[in-house]
This record gives sequence, C-alpha cells and structure tokens, in this order.
Amino acid sequence: MQTLLRTPLFDRHVALGARMVPFAGWEMPVQYEGVIPEHMTVRTDAGVFDVSHMGELEVEGPSAHELLQSVLSNDLGKLGDGDAQYTLLTNETGGIVDDLIVYRLSPFRFLLIVNAANRDSDFDWLKEREIAGSDVRDVSDEYALLAVQGPRSLARLGLAEAPGFTFDEGEIDGIACMINRTGYTGEQGVELLVPAEDAEELWDRVVERGVTPAGLGARDTLRLEVCYPLHGNDIGPETDAISAGLGWVCALGKVFTGVEELRRIKEAGPRERLAAFVMKERAIPRQGMPIEGGGEVTSGTHSPMLDRGIGMGYVPAGRAEPETELTIDVRGKPRRARVVKKPIYKKEAGPSGGD
Amino acid sequence: MAATETYPDELRYHPEHDWARIHGDEATLGITWFAQDSLGELVHFEPPEAGSTIAKDASYGEVESVKAVSDLITPLSGEVIEINQKVVDAPETVNEDPYGEGWLVRIRLSDQGEAESLLDAASYRQLLEEA
Repeated sequence: MQTLLRTPLFDRHVALGARMVPFAGWEMPVQYEGVIPEHMTVRTDAGVFDVSHMGELEVEGPSAHELLQSVLSNDLGKLGDGDAQYTLLTNETGGIVDDLIVYRLSPFRFLLIVNAANRDSDFDWLKEREIAGSDVRDVSDEYALLAVQGPRSLARLGLAEAPGFTFDEGEIDGIACMINRTGYTGEQGVELLVPAEDAEELWDRVVERGVTPAGLGARDTLRLEVCYPLHGNDIGPETDAISAGLGWVCALGKVFTGVEELRRIKEAGPRERLAAFVMKERAIPRQGMPIEGGGEVTSGTHSPMLDRGIGMGYVPAGRAEPETELTIDVRGKPRRARVVKKPIYKKEAGPSGGD
Repeated sequence: MAATETYPDELRYHPEHDWARIHGDEATLGITWFAQDSLGELVHFEPPEAGSTIAKDASYGEVESVKAVSDLITPLSGEVIEINQKVVDAPETVNEDPYGEGWLVRIRLSDQGEAESLLDAASYRQLLEEA
C-alpha cells in the first residue's frame, strides 16, 4: 500500500472535521460542511481551497525561454514579467502530457504550476529535454498553495482588482506570498503561493477574514460548471488539444512538440470533439458512461447551480453542436441530454443549461 | 440541513444501512442516518416502478450524492405500492429527516416472516460500532 502524502495544512483540515480522501497520492479534504454549501459559497461569497498537492517546477537560465517555448503549446513570447499563461505540455502526437499555468518571474526564470498527479512525469519530461543553459527544478515541497475564489474573495482579503493571468509579490496580514490572479472555478479570485512553513498562519488569517474552507468535491463541481478540463478525465496523452477545444492555447505558428500533428488535425477537422451537455431528465452522468452513437462521458456530476446533471464527453464532431440531443447510458438506462455551448454555467448571462 | 444521529427503536434494520417500518402487511422503507451521512447531501433518487416486485436483499433503486451512487437494498420482499414523490423532487429531504419525511417507498409484504431476520436498533448500532 502506498503511503499518502499530506500537505502542510493537513492538521487544519482534520481539526475542521473535513472528510479526507486519497487523491493523486495525497490525503486531501473532499468536503468540510458539504459539497453543495461549499460550492454555493464560492459562487456567492468566497471559499478557500488547499491545493498544495499541485506541483511547482522552476525553469531557470539563459535558455529557459527557449526550452519552454519548444515544449509548451502557447506562445511564451507574449508574456512579460508578472504575466501568467494557461498552456499545455504536448507529446509528439499532439496529446496532452499536462495542462498547466506558466508564470514569468524574469526573462530567465519561469514557474510552472502543474497537476499533482503529473508532477514527477512533467519534471522527468522537462529534464530529458533540458538544453545547455536551462535548469529544471522541482520546488513543490517548499510551497503551499491556497486558492481563494469567489465574488467577494478580493474584498475579504483586502486586495485590489488586477487583470486575470497576472501575479505579484504581496502579503496578506503580513504574510508574504505570491498573489496569482488565476483559478479553477470561473469566479474572481487569487491563488496564493506561500512558503510551506507559513501555510498554517496564512490559512488561519484567510479563514479569520471570513473565507469558508472548501474541499476538492466543490472544486470539481465548480470547474465542471465552467467546463475547465481535468487532466486524467477530459484530457490526457491520448487526446489532442484541438479535439479538446484547446486550440486557443496552441500557437500553431511556432515550433513545439507535436505541432505538425496538431496543424494536421486542425486542417482536416477533428473527428471527435469534447462537448458539454446538460441532462434533460433527472439523472447524473458519471465518468465512463457510454454515449449512444459513439463516445463516452469524461466528467459528470450534479450541478448545484442548475440543479441537474451535467457533463462533458467526446462525441463525433457532427454531434458536438449545441442543441444536439445525446443519449447517455446511465447504468443501463437511456437518459437524454442536450449539448450546450461552453461554459455550462455563465455568471453574467445566467446558466446556459436547462430546457 | 443534517439531522442528528439516531436509530429509532421502532424500526427494523438491514446491515446494508436500510430500515423498514412494519405496520401489518405493509412496510415503509428508507436509509439510515449512517447511510445518508456517508453519502453526503443527496441529489438524486432513482425509484423502482410502482407496482413492481422487489426481493429481500436485492437492489430496488439508487440514491446519489454529488460524488457517489449507492444501491438501495430492500430489507423485505414485496410489491411497491407508493413512492415518496417528495424525495424524487427534493432528495435532500432524506438528509434532513431520514426516518420521517425522507422515507423512500411503501411496499405490501409478500412474506411477513422475513422481518425476523432483521436487526433491532441495538444490534444495528452494535454493527456500526464494530465496523
């Protein structure tokens, strides 16, 4: 049996009565009070997630930019210091080794925040491709990461607004941290990268400011409502960025791993597309359920905002258009769904789901 | 939302965390406080069809929380004569009141003798403690 890793905030979660579950080799809080109340808090006020299980890789040196530009799908050249970018680590067939956010600390130093499950494989992937003048280091154990998300998150933390996908050095109640204007919920918010030894104090200050602890359960329902893909479910080494709807983070004009294959798929048009859907009947789609006519559910859950089942899955490209009716095999029972435009839940315009 | 932990004396229990309230040749079925607490807030109840026959120890439907699906195991055999529409419409009723408003189905018993094999509240509580 594998020993589960614990974040620097493990004791805090236990003290709060969190339900702890194994996730990507870590013992993580899936919920404190309940997935649905935590979800609603993030949509209406502010919640804090311990996402310290995520990996942090640093790439440094005069050739760091050149290395990353050749392995990441998005154009790193668009970034100045203090900018962040959503991007993909791709393989030779255009598959997705990982999706991540890259932060430009200086022209010669970059931080990559990667999925927990891929931390080691991403590190190995980069290490194997290192060039003279670039150094890749795994600094994950030095940091904790707290995601504070929700419409009142900035007010609760006493932070001013700033453009999305930027970051700055700052402090919360005297605790120095890197304040990243990023998130995985579709809400305004920040992700705070803090030295591991300061994590408990920062957590306490954030909670004292009226931010509600939220677990991985709510993190999953929140991200699925806004159709953010989850690596390992919706995207992976066998799925390409174009079919996954992530062509917008692929700079096909530059040279990077798998670019020829991605250009070819874009030119020919993908055979399958990752579609988002809302159930028309009372049923909850789950990962792995077959979709009639080809494809299967890659992520599925109950949407607290829509109060019905929602999901994503790969379907033949012709069946990925909004309003297409899909039939999902829910443990032997055919249940109807309809394809919707992403995101499934949109704050300004209200939900696009329902019927 | 959540009810406090109780296991009423007047009910009979199945080790799969289901209860039966027997009255004459009929019984009302539901899931225990422990079951709803383990699942978390329920968001879906997939009931059997009214009029269908269900067999002791077999699945007669499903309940789902955001994260999990659980089979409903009937403690007793019989014919489904009523489904609790309130739980179909608002599954969280089970979390709020698992032995009252959150009942799931009513059945007409096909073998009243089956009740003897079920646990009383004290035995069920003991089973939970030993788990």
